[in-house]
Amino acid sequence: MSKQIPHFVAPVDSTPVAEVDSVKLGDKPGSLWRDAWRSMRRRPLFYASAVIALVFIVMAVFPTLFTQVSPTQGCSLQYSNAGPQGDHILGFTRQGCDIWARIVWGAQTSLAVGIISTVLGSFLGVLFGIFAGFYGGWIDSVLSRVGDIFFSIPYILAAVVVMSVLSEHRNVWTISLAIGGFAWASVARILRSEVLRVKNQDYVMAAIALGRSRFTTMMSHVLPNSLMPVIVVTTLNLGLAMVGEATLSFLGVGMDASVMSWGNDISDAQTTLRTAPMALIYPSIALTVAVLAFIMLGEVLRDALDPKARTR
Amino acid sequence: MLRYILLRILQAVPVFFGTTFLIYFMVFAMPGDPILAMFGDKTPNPAVLEALRAQYNLDKPFIVQYLLYIGDIFQGNFGISYSGREVSEILVRTFPVTLKLAVMAVVLELILSISIGLFSGIRKGKFFDNAMLIISLVLMSLPIFVIAFLAQFFVAIQWGWASPTVGGNTAWWNMLLPAIVLALSLYATSMRLMRGSTVETLGNDFVRTAYSKGLGRRRVIPVHVLRNSLIPVVTNSATNFGILIVGATVTEGIFNVPGVGNTLFQAIVRGERPTVVSFVTVLVIFYVFLNILVDLLYAVLDPRIRYV
Repeated sequence: MSKQIPHFVAPVDSTPVAEVDSVKLGDKPGSLWRDAWRSMRRRPLFYASAVIALVFIVMAVFPTLFTQVSPTQGCSLQYSNAGPQGDHILGFTRQGCDIWARIVWGAQTSLAVGIISTVLGSFLGVLFGIFAGFYGGWIDSVLSRVGDIFFSIPYILAAVVVMSVLSEHRNVWTISLAIGGFAWASVARILRSEVLRVKNQDYVMAAIALGRSRFTTMMSHVLPNSLMPVIVVTTLNLGLAMVGEATLSFLGVGMDASVMSWGNDISDAQTTLRTAPMALIYPSIALTVAVLAFIMLGEVLRDALDPKARTR
Repeated sequence: MLRYILLRILQAVPVFFGTTFLIYFMVFAMPGDPILAMFGDKTPNPAVLEALRAQYNLDKPFIVQYLLYIGDIFQGNFGISYSGREVSEILVRTFPVTLKLAVMAVVLELILSISIGLFSGIRKGKFFDNAMLIISLVLMSLPIFVIAFLAQFFVAIQWGWASPTVGGNTAWWNMLLPAIVLALSLYATSMRLMRGSTVETLGNDFVRTAYSKGLGRRRVIPVHVLRNSLIPVVTNSATNFGILIVGATVTEGIFNVPGVGNTLFQAIVRGERPTVVSFVTVLVIFYVFLNILVDLLYAVLDPRIRYV
């Protein structure tokens, strides 16, 4: 970022004198990330969301740590929609499967789609955004118009079309492709405007003046310095992509019905909403809490990295 | 002003062709023969296949197919649904219902988000503000179908305050529950924007001037602060239309509102690909059109934009 200027003189009306005096001269000028880390550490919201996100990630990687009950084996219709008993703490689905076990095993699907589609979306967005912003001219015109087109289609609707065309191949990869392939336009817009700001900085000029090629300058100076807003949006998009997967599964064009996913479980339980609401409510809570954790993480990250957009 | 309007409409032309082309391309360039798929496992007569291909223009090059399709759209012919009805005919019947639901939802959402956002911004960092921020985060992470099911289960089934499905009765009071659900799905982003923009406006010199020339809060907040903070909320409503379209599809499906969204919902659930594609195309065209409208509204609200 821009060079740090220590603020020794502050406007008297807005800053109490004590605060000005408390500037420690011995402090090393912190890097952006160290400053961010310092401000994040102070926020309880950061710990809460990080711990929850971590729990869901561990749940996705090692589901057997959380449940000994198999989510698919041993389902018995005699327990259809039955309440909690013994090892089955949350009760049973309509098919007589254990709800908790299905929630634990469903975390994989949700997180995998969230991560893969966000990585894909961010990659495409960064690619389009940096070339459009840095090279400008006709490259910018073409790339920005392409971005406009993708931006003009609500990505769930686009994903619905893609998934109904790919009805034979419904898996984590195709869903991630459908979501990530259409969600990148907003990332590209954000990065482009950031690159436009960064490319006129002196250090970029210096790099070119010293004989670096435009491409190397772009990759080694412009990209790292303009990535910050993208990182923030990525965390938020991860949560939104999980919502997207659940919505697609709910509409019946997401995961194949045999795959365990929260969206599928919610969708299956809707027919018995009146008689057995808990089969619908528990996976919904799991989904909401997981998404909330990632959205809050993005929020804390944004507050820490971008003091201008600070919510408090 | 006129120049800006023309420029904005001109910008929408490539977007219109791009979006329709993209959707058309996705469907027709995908593997699998759509005509053969119509017959399922049966082996059809080659002559019938030829005739059907000619009927759907599939015997022509891809780009010609697309242009013929665009020509049809300009004539108001959006294709034929699975049940054999004209899509445009279904639209005429269902659109008023969806429009009513959407207007109700947007009005509710704007009242809620503007008033709460303004109040939160004024009382930044206080308890009310923090509580509202947390609630908005929770609402952001609740998928719309979960909000819809929870509302249906608790408000309609458990407490009996509304009917769980709308059905044929589309009077406004009967659609209040789906409208609230839809409004809640739009509320979070608007409220946060309104809050942020209020905080920013409050820091401006003209607010300080207004206070220092002796005006009270009752005049400064509504006249100076509210008016100047509204612009981001208006711009965001364009992005919100995207959420609104997806939200209407899900909400209308769950509450059985006889609107455009419900038709699309049923088509998606039943896997009627041609109907899905025609409706998505219509909705995307509508969305592009609404975006222009909001941009023009933005220009009216903020005079600075005219010379850009």
